Amino acid sequence: MPKQTTNVLIVGVGGQGTLLTSRIIAQVAVQMGYDVKVSEIHGMAQRGGSVVSQVRYGERVYSPIIKKSDADILLAFEKLEAARWLDYLKPGGKVIINDERVDPLPVMSGKLKYPVDIDKRIANLIPDTTIVDATRMAEECGNSRAANVVLVGMLAAAINIPAEEVENAIREMVPAKALEVNLKAFREGQKYLSATLNRL
Amino acid sequence: MKKLMIGNEAIARGAYEAGATVATAYPGTPSTEIVSTFADYEGLYAEWAPNEKVALEVGVGASIGGARTLVAMKHVGVNVAADPLYTFSYTGVNAGLVLVSADDPGMHSSQNEQDNRGYGRFAKMPVIEPADSQEALDFTRLAFDISEEFDTPVMLRVTTRLSHSQTLVETGERVEVGLKSYKKDAPKYVMLPGFARLRHVEVEKRILQLKEYAETTDLNRMEWGDKSIGIITSGVSYQYLREVMPEVSVLKLGMVNPLPEKLIRSFAAEVDRLIVLEELEPVIEEQLKAWGLKVEGKELFTLLGEYSPEMIEEVLLGVSSGKGSGLDQEIPPRPPLMCPGCPHRGVFHTLKKMKLHVMGDIGCYTLGALSPLDGMDACVCMGASIGMSLGMEKANGEDFARKVVAVIGDSTFVHSGITPLIDVVYNQGTSTVIILDNDTTAMTGHQDHPATGKTIRNLPTRKLDLPALVKAIGIEHVRIVDPLQLDEFRQTLEEELNRREASVIIAKRPCALLVKKAPDKEFYVDPELCKSCKLCIKIGCTGIYWVEENRKAVINPNTCVACGLCPQVCTFEAIKIVEG
Ligand code: SF4
Ligand code: SF4
Repeated sequence: MPKQTTNVLIVGVGGQGTLLTSRIIAQVAVQMGYDVKVSEIHGMAQRGGSVVSQVRYGERVYSPIIKKSDADILLAFEKLEAARWLDYLKPGGKVIINDERVDPLPVMSGKLKYPVDIDKRIANLIPDTTIVDATRMAEECGNSRAANVVLVGMLAAAINIPAEEVENAIREMVPAKALEVNLKAFREGQKYLSATLNRL
Repeated sequence: MKKLMIGNEAIARGAYEAGATVATAYPGTPSTEIVSTFADYEGLYAEWAPNEKVALEVGVGASIGGARTLVAMKHVGVNVAADPLYTFSYTGVNAGLVLVSADDPGMHSSQNEQDNRGYGRFAKMPVIEPADSQEALDFTRLAFDISEEFDTPVMLRVTTRLSHSQTLVETGERVEVGLKSYKKDAPKYVMLPGFARLRHVEVEKRILQLKEYAETTDLNRMEWGDKSIGIITSGVSYQYLREVMPEVSVLKLGMVNPLPEKLIRSFAAEVDRLIVLEELEPVIEEQLKAWGLKVEGKELFTLLGEYSPEMIEEVLLGVSSGKGSGLDQEIPPRPPLMCPGCPHRGVFHTLKKMKLHVMGDIGCYTLGALSPLDGMDACVCMGASIGMSLGMEKANGEDFARKVVAVIGDSTFVHSGITPLIDVVYNQGTSTVIILDNDTTAMTGHQDHPATGKTIRNLPTRKLDLPALVKAIGIEHVRIVDPLQLDEFRQTLEEELNRREASVIIAKRPCALLVKKAPDKEFYVDPELCKSCKLCIKIGCTGIYWVEENRKAVINPNTCVACGLCPQVCTFEAIKIVEG
């Protein structure tokens, strides 16, 4: 068991399902015998605001929140949110960005511009960046709403946690009728990231 | 195996294990999950009360009646419950009562960030503060024992970060403590002056006994390390500190009121530099200073907001971990906003167009204050809208009141909107009050309340009839209208504003998130007809967005729920229906 704590920062827009993703990852870390802490956002921000879940696991974890420049991996459900939280990534950390654009209100109303090439700019800055269209992949698996589980698959491959454990956690947390699609989505996500890693 | 639990679940579990049989609350972030989790334990009584004062009063009755009782609320809820609380501290308990105050440093979902440890000092009751979910469970259990041993309500004070962080918990078995027998004891429970004077003596004795207890309880512990700095801290700040300074000497307080003076003095004597690390108010620091101890606190750490490990690192170690990503880019902010299809949007769109002065209230609709709806002039606390609108009228006269509305949600109205409405009638105000009746307590995660006709366990109960209630108060003009039928809504509002009498408009439509079935139609913007006026964009719905390239509005079929609002806003009839 590594002594070091692994810090996973999961960011997105309220309503995108970040909570399920952080809960699955945390559950797996528990099954693997780690000390685990997770910080979540409930309440007002959930109404379409910027949301963040933080998962920390290791031999002994104190703080439930991650320090700036200390996240091993930043998983963003939305491109702009990746940029907003990038300060939390540690040097040499990994970034996974869902290729999804959700305009915040000031953009929708035309007051501010959405920086459209933001994911490319992050990729230029952070060598270990993967951009993925998880919504499309989930659609291909049978339900676009399983995009968050595609991302779980990618995260699992990126931080190297065993697939069986994740699948068990998914079985526990996802309602039976959605299970098949979700397992498929998980495997697709995992495959996608592994393939990307092999290319590097 | 240990289980992950958020702090709130662990508190519920702690109360369950302690043998509590009654739990009561009014929902409020970050406290809501405490009693909703308790309701999952079968065979025990759990309720949503109409407000925190009632919740605590039910708790007082249950405690006097002999049941171990859990009462939970957010920090500002304790203000509502403060009246029974101060005097309950005099009467004391029969069976243990634990009041959870969930504070919100950083105001993630609140209108202020008051520090409720202050209540403990004023009400002279013990305040216990856990630092993770395991402690939340263990301390809650223990709090019931303390409550009974010292004949006092106990405040368990938590913060958002504890309430909503999951950490590992080892659960225990429930102890069936059974009901304590109830005996009438008027001198103890009837607080008229003659009896209360005697109880006050008991309260002062009790706080001295609690001070002694604080000196030796396991709730407080010293962790020796490097003695050049000694830090006194509690709650989640302890975790941040340990994260960045594992070697430092720490006095971790689990009981933050009353403070263990001897323990603190002995800790202070051993360390070269004494620092108090506490979020928000200098509650601990000021007491140490009053004892003449040399201590640093708020000259180092801010009074504002939530703390973090990097903030402590920066202050105490002088290292700054936030070097920045190097991404040189303005990131547009992403404020929270109403859901697509939210019934409130129709109301605030209309209020804006009519340029009214809006006295607002607490709920999802407070988001109507934000751009582009910009529809609120004032919002202070639960239920304030109606009293404020009457005050506006009494200050500025009846003509001015033709431009003032009070806007309040159904759950908030039941919470504390009824008495100010009585004031409007009694003192002959001509206010126009809009009750936004979306059939739920939406902001906190859709809890039921008296006017939904369902209990906390989703069982049917007698439904509070809002129109009948309002009429019984003496409001003669009660109108019920769908806020997403813009013309009708506006006409109704104009009529009632013009009337020089008090009236209530019930804007009735369920919260969009309660509507489970998929929309039966789809909308699209016909680019030929769209004249690029952006009227539809100004309603601030994420179902419709602006494409700068061709200067047209476009509907996003993934987010639009076909509520039919934007087609009514478009004057060129460019938003069309695809039936299907
Ligand atoms: S949760 Fe309901 S009331 Fe709140 S913004 Fe969404 S639709 Fe409106
Ligand atoms: S119909 Fe218009 S206002 Fe209603 S949800 Fe769709 S885009 Fe939003």
